[in-house]
Amino acid sequence: MSKKLTVQEMILTLQEFWSQKGCMLMQAYDTEKGAGTMSPYTFLRAIGPEPWNAAYVEPSRRPADGRYGDNPNRLYQHHQFQVVMKPAPENIQEFYLDSLRALGIEPLEHDIRFVEDNWENPSMGCAGVGWEVWLDGMEVTQFTYFQQVGGLQCSPVTSEITYGVERLASYIQDVNDVYSLEWGDGVLYGDIFKEPEYEHSKYSFEESNQDMLFDFFDKYEAEANRLMDLGLVHPAYDYILKCSHTFNLLDARGAVSVTERAAFLSRIRRMAHKVAQAFVDEREKRGFPLLNHAAKETKNV
Amino acid sequence: MSKNYLLEIGLEEMPAHVVTNSVNQLAEKTEKYLKENRISFNSIEKYSTPRRLSVIIKDIADKQEDIDLKAKGPSKKIALDADGNWTKAAIGFAKGQGLSENDIFFEELKGEEYAYIQKHETGKSSEDVLEGLTEVIKSITFPTRMHWGSFDFEYIRPIHWIVSLLDSDVVNLEILDVVSGRNTRGHRFLGKDIEIESADTYVEQLKNDFVFVDANERKQIIVDQINKIAKDNNWNVDLDKGLLEEVNNLVEYPTAFSGKFDPKYLEIPEEVLITSMKDNQRYFYARDSNGNLVPDFISVRNGNSEHLENVIRGNEKVLVARLEDADFFFKEDQKKSINDYVEKLKTVNFHVKIGTLYEKMMQVHQIASYLADEFGLSATEKTDLLRSSDIYKFDLVTNMVDEFPELQGIMGEKYANLMGENAQVAKAIREHYMPISADGDLPDSKVGSVLALSDKLDTMITFFAVDLIPSGSNDPYAIRRQAAGIVRILKENNWSLDFNELQNYLQDNLDVPASLDLNKNSKELDDFITDRVKQYLHGEKIRTDIIEAVTSNDVVDPVAMIDVAHILQNHSNDDDFKEIIESLSRIVNLAQKAEFDFNNELSVDDNYFENPSESELRNGISNIKFDEMTSEELYTQLANLKNTIQLYFDENMIMADDDNVKNNRLTQLVIADNIIAKLGDLSKIVTK
Repeated sequence: MSKKLTVQEMILTLQEFWSQKGCMLMQAYDTEKGAGTMSPYTFLRAIGPEPWNAAYVEPSRRPADGRYGDNPNRLYQHHQFQVVMKPAPENIQEFYLDSLRALGIEPLEHDIRFVEDNWENPSMGCAGVGWEVWLDGMEVTQFTYFQQVGGLQCSPVTSEITYGVERLASYIQDVNDVYSLEWGDGVLYGDIFKEPEYEHSKYSFEESNQDMLFDFFDKYEAEANRLMDLGLVHPAYDYILKCSHTFNLLDARGAVSVTERAAFLSRIRRMAHKVAQAFVDEREKRGFPLLNHAAKETKNV
Repeated sequence: MSKNYLLEIGLEEMPAHVVTNSVNQLAEKTEKYLKENRISFNSIEKYSTPRRLSVIIKDIADKQEDIDLKAKGPSKKIALDADGNWTKAAIGFAKGQGLSENDIFFEELKGEEYAYIQKHETGKSSEDVLEGLTEVIKSITFPTRMHWGSFDFEYIRPIHWIVSLLDSDVVNLEILDVVSGRNTRGHRFLGKDIEIESADTYVEQLKNDFVFVDANERKQIIVDQINKIAKDNNWNVDLDKGLLEEVNNLVEYPTAFSGKFDPKYLEIPEEVLITSMKDNQRYFYARDSNGNLVPDFISVRNGNSEHLENVIRGNEKVLVARLEDADFFFKEDQKKSINDYVEKLKTVNFHVKIGTLYEKMMQVHQIASYLADEFGLSATEKTDLLRSSDIYKFDLVTNMVDEFPELQGIMGEKYANLMGENAQVAKAIREHYMPISADGDLPDSKVGSVLALSDKLDTMITFFAVDLIPSGSNDPYAIRRQAAGIVRILKENNWSLDFNELQNYLQDNLDVPASLDLNKNSKELDDFITDRVKQYLHGEKIRTDIIEAVTSNDVVDPVAMIDVAHILQNHSNDDDFKEIIESLSRIVNLAQKAEFDFNNELSVDDNYFENPSESELRNGISNIKFDEMTSEELYTQLANLKNTIQLYFDENMIMADDDNVKNNRLTQLVIADNIIAKLGDLSKIVTK
């Protein structure tokens, strides 16, 4: 590696790379979520027959992983660089390896492996088959062919590439502590995120108002269900995301017993299934507009 | 000269654990297909890497063998009209066979004459038959399958290319959008796309492009490289078979290397270090000549030795991050006491319908106490047992087990030792999970054995109490395996345990949450244990009829059943076994005819004896002190009565006209039957 990319240069490089492969550069979605997969740009768009190619950075919140800014590797909120392509290009693995080259990671100078890792998110009715990608023994990317989303079979199949931004940056910049990463222009990751990491950990483990959160969950759930009945898919989906994050906060606080845990997850799953179906139904009513777009594109080629 | 045929299926990286099995299937199914299609060949060679499944069929015939067929047509009556001319039916039949009516001849079949045609079928060319291999490729089964693109087809991973060459000619195969050819790909990074010239040059050509396609050769290279590193450093390396197989199926061009970690991490328990290296990172660990773990590891790169320093540095960094976590957990966990963890178990469910882990431990305490008395444990053993039963699940809520679930029990023992428990208590905590597989090791301490039994009994009994009974393949909590473990532990220690008594005791005494009804399904529970005993005996190669005989007993005592089964099996080759079993079975069968109230004390009245053989049998039976003897002695004593019994039946009509005589004789048979039944239902034994 000739020059060490800052985090933002890394993101810019990936954006540039994937936009040239036909991905639309979306922005992070503005509701809290545990993973880039839960952005509507992946979860909803992976459903149904319409093509979809997008790339975006997604801040992902996992309250239980918070470590008060003390642990060099674990974070309340980390960043995922998410690439979804539907249908998955035939040579998507080669695309991915080229993206590493673009980041200055020349495969011949490293050891890169595709190690089986099937991904599952039962609470969102999602399942996929794929690998974790190892770079010299470190898992830097999750590579998945979606098989099921929101309980619905995926056809055509979406490929999802999720780069762990901090992991990959630690490797590229050769630092052992995430807070020492240079985000850009000499500003360190710690300068930006150490304080919020501490505060969010403090909040999640000690200060969150459990009664309020339990109450929120019920209300968000009721609202999501009401909106789905009205066919308002996207607002409903926002409330499902809020349910999911609220549950994660309660879980981190240890407020959910094992029995209750299963019950909460099944409530979220039910909503996820319902919204997935509602989304396809709405798209179908509109005649799956992106299908026509794709047909036009093909003609032009 | 005969030819060789190459088939290579090119895929995205398959899971390491399916590669070998899949290529074996490909070879077996190909062989079956060729045999069914009458294509002869000499042998099938298998080749595989994470990205390819291949076979080479050596010395394949040019074409199918010809065959002579005799086709049957209509009966003579229908084939010829009244004038003896061929009918339309006959002409149609001949035409259908590709011949003319002049080729028809008649032959008799079951009293009627039929039209036949002798047909010679020339074999199809091997090319034509090989085109059918698409179905063979599609028929391989995998533990997981996936869709890709927009295809309505599932496979282990997307298929990208197929090489299909008969010597140097392409044989056409098509699957989805992939058409066979001679193009394959070399190593992902070191190699390039190549054209295979012929089946014979396949292995060498791939080698030139950095793919060792022969899995055995590749594995040997890895072994040699690791052994060299070990020798250079004076290490002993455990070449774990499973790990070697996995690593071999993660690479196409292996280069082994070693890396280091800071010796300070050697303070972390060895099991944790090994789990981090072996299970998480797929590294081999090494020991010095004294058997101590060294702060080094060996891994295998999928590539050559250029820039190996990057790879080593990266792997070292990853391992250190993991060990740093483990070290943190190890120190954090020791800041709390066992009591803190036990307290926490009050909030962790064992199963939603059953209760918490804490409640489970309290139940196990009571079961263990009962069993300690049953099996005659010493006072010290019992004290250790009860202490371990009060805490044995505590490690489940430690950070370390949360991070490395496979270390449950192992960390329990470590922490118990560090936190001041005695060594036996600590050991029992680890041993209570045993056996962890069908033929896994059993606990070697008595205390650990009883704790393992108590834990498994509690699981089984409580699951049955809430109707969670395994059925068919539905056994998510592996209750069958646990029950099989119970049988093995009882047998290993030769501990007799009457399940009916145990159940009665627990129904009356076990303190369980009100939602559990231990009276429920108790018959099913007996049957369930009995089935495990049957399975155990099948494993011991005991005759099926003997298994049925010994498990038909009302008393469910696994060790007793197993003992009797062995005794009967051993005697089954005796010259008089048949006679002995027949005479005893006769008693068993006739005793069924008695209609007494069995609650009464049974006695025989010699006033109703008519023949000396009656008192002889009475004396013989009453001399058997079955309470005081082993099953072997009981069998021998009953066997010795063989002639007495035969004479008894020769001389006495059981269903005599005089009711008093009849009932007296039936009573005699019932008394004898009750003793014979201690061995099982001998009437189930087949004597030929």
